[in-house]
Amino acid sequence: MARYLLTRAWQSALTLLLSTIVVFVGVRALPGDPALALAGEDRSPEALEAIRRHYGLDQPLPVQFAQYVERMAQGDFGVSIRTGTPVSSMLTTALPVTVELSVLAILIAAALGVGAGVLAAVRRGRPAEWLANGLALIGLSVPHFWLGLLAILYLSVATGLFPASGFVPILEDPVDNLHHIVLPAVILGTGLAAIIMRQTRSAMLDSLSSDYVRTAKAKGLRPRAVITRHALRNSLIVVVTVVGLQLGGLISGAVVTEQIFGLPGFGKMTIDAVFQRDYPVIQAVVLLTAAAYIVINFFVDLLYSVIDPRIRVTGDPA
Amino acid sequence: MTTASAPVLEIRDLSVSFPTETGTVSAVDGVSLDLAAGEIVGMVGESGCGKSVTAMSLAGLLPSSARVTGSVRLDGTQLVGARESALRRVRGREIAYIFQEPMTSLNPVLTVGRQIGEVLQVHERMSRRAARARAVELLTLVGIPSAAQRVDNYPHQLSGGMRQRVMIAMAVACGPKVLVADEPTTALDVTVQAGILQVLRDLRDRLGTSVLIITHDLGVIADIADRVVVMYAGRVVERAPVDDLFAHPRHRYTAGLLSASPQPGRHAGTDRLTEIPGLVPVLASQPDACTFADRCPAADEQCRAAAPPLEDVGGTDHVAACWHPCITAPTAAQEANR
Repeated sequence: MARYLLTRAWQSALTLLLSTIVVFVGVRALPGDPALALAGEDRSPEALEAIRRHYGLDQPLPVQFAQYVERMAQGDFGVSIRTGTPVSSMLTTALPVTVELSVLAILIAAALGVGAGVLAAVRRGRPAEWLANGLALIGLSVPHFWLGLLAILYLSVATGLFPASGFVPILEDPVDNLHHIVLPAVILGTGLAAIIMRQTRSAMLDSLSSDYVRTAKAKGLRPRAVITRHALRNSLIVVVTVVGLQLGGLISGAVVTEQIFGLPGFGKMTIDAVFQRDYPVIQAVVLLTAAAYIVINFFVDLLYSVIDPRIRVTGDPA
Repeated sequence: MTTASAPVLEIRDLSVSFPTETGTVSAVDGVSLDLAAGEIVGMVGESGCGKSVTAMSLAGLLPSSARVTGSVRLDGTQLVGARESALRRVRGREIAYIFQEPMTSLNPVLTVGRQIGEVLQVHERMSRRAARARAVELLTLVGIPSAAQRVDNYPHQLSGGMRQRVMIAMAVACGPKVLVADEPTTALDVTVQAGILQVLRDLRDRLGTSVLIITHDLGVIADIADRVVVMYAGRVVERAPVDDLFAHPRHRYTAGLLSASPQPGRHAGTDRLTEIPGLVPVLASQPDACTFADRCPAADEQCRAAAPPLEDVGGTDHVAACWHPCITAPTAAQEANR
């Protein structure tokens, strides 16, 4: 197991380095001279030269890259061109919002999706399955920005059950924080819940008709034990895979959801940065997103081996 | 082994049918069978003749769409139509099953110790710790070396024969009265097969468990069974002590089965195995006729007009459902063999 972990960690690090190079080169490949953009009114060659020296732009690319990596390792992502605030401090306020939103959305989606999927499989051909399938179809086909708008209209504006927008940091007031974020999280989670439900349902149908479930029944186990301990545990691998694959959609979904609910998160920061051509911010955002993918994939792989012993790469003899 | 005592398992007129889109399919029709304590009964027949459905119906393991009628009594307790909760107490504790595919019949994500222990936790209310300790004993009982280590293995870490031994350990964990082994050796190679049959025999001798072994392999039957039940198209067509059946098959189907299986010295040289022409019919309903008539060399009008009853055909406890039972040895090949 330790060797497996080490290999996976090494692979992750390599992938991260590669994405850093891609981001670095990508930004440099953009048309336009950053020195020119930074110079403003004073475009004398001396001023431009000074700017280039100041930002290290006169150095060869590999040196620039080394400096870039070194600064990032120290948590220095540069300064926003538009606001002049350090990108790192922008991230420290925006990231927790998005992380909380995404984690909550995943939890809600997993709970709803797995629950409904198991129910649909166990109650096959009965009203419960039709209901679950119908809801999943709605969850998949209704765009969640529209769902978000509906939710704001009916649950916030009309009834005042939830605040329509805004955010309170969790450390300030946990209850109020949850109150603000639960609705966006549910909206963000609906699509994922629908996908998880459908995958869980088909995986459960497979497991429920398997030989080991027949064995479990023949042992005299209660239906609950047969379903959870035997059928569901074997279906979870599919669920984990789906969640892992869908996280990309979740991140882009978070961008839209944050915009709708006015949450000051990563997504909102990204959109603002794109509209304002704020390159240091975009660069940091792209890199962090890539890093998030890599870390999540690492954990998904770890989860696999926890769920399915056949995937475990053990050093000890069988 | 024949015993005069009351049978442990008493099957009377058991019928099973399934509704399908094209109408009802009759899978088992009026099967009756007794299983005495410590007796090993073999149930033999082609694929699709209703062996497995019979086996699964004993403890109510068929899908809920199956219509089961008749009577299955385990030590006098009626199981057909019993409540699900009552059946759950019987399953694994009084009637235990071993299935054909040891690879897929064990849960891939649980250790074998856990899977054996589960039965004990449910039926004997053992703690997880005690159940694990008992699982080690059971693994030793079924002949798994270094059981204390193996108990923490996952099924994929064991060989096919080992896995089937695990299945057996799981089945006998609570000392069931009846062990139903549905093709327990079919997926295994011959040497492993012999080992598994030996384990079953040992358990019968040590624990006094009655065994119903279902197979299409006459070699397995000859090796282990005390009595044989031959099934065809959902009906019992012949029932006899094992030696009697092999020496004097009375039903034409049994005779056909025997001459279709290779025996040392019999089919040497250019001799071919004799096959039974045609297939087992899929029956919408059980006709009042011999279901084997279409494939039978001796069939006449009587066979197509009325179903033959199971009747005494001489010998001890030897019955067959045939209007024209074989009087002596049925085929030249078998004649030559004797």
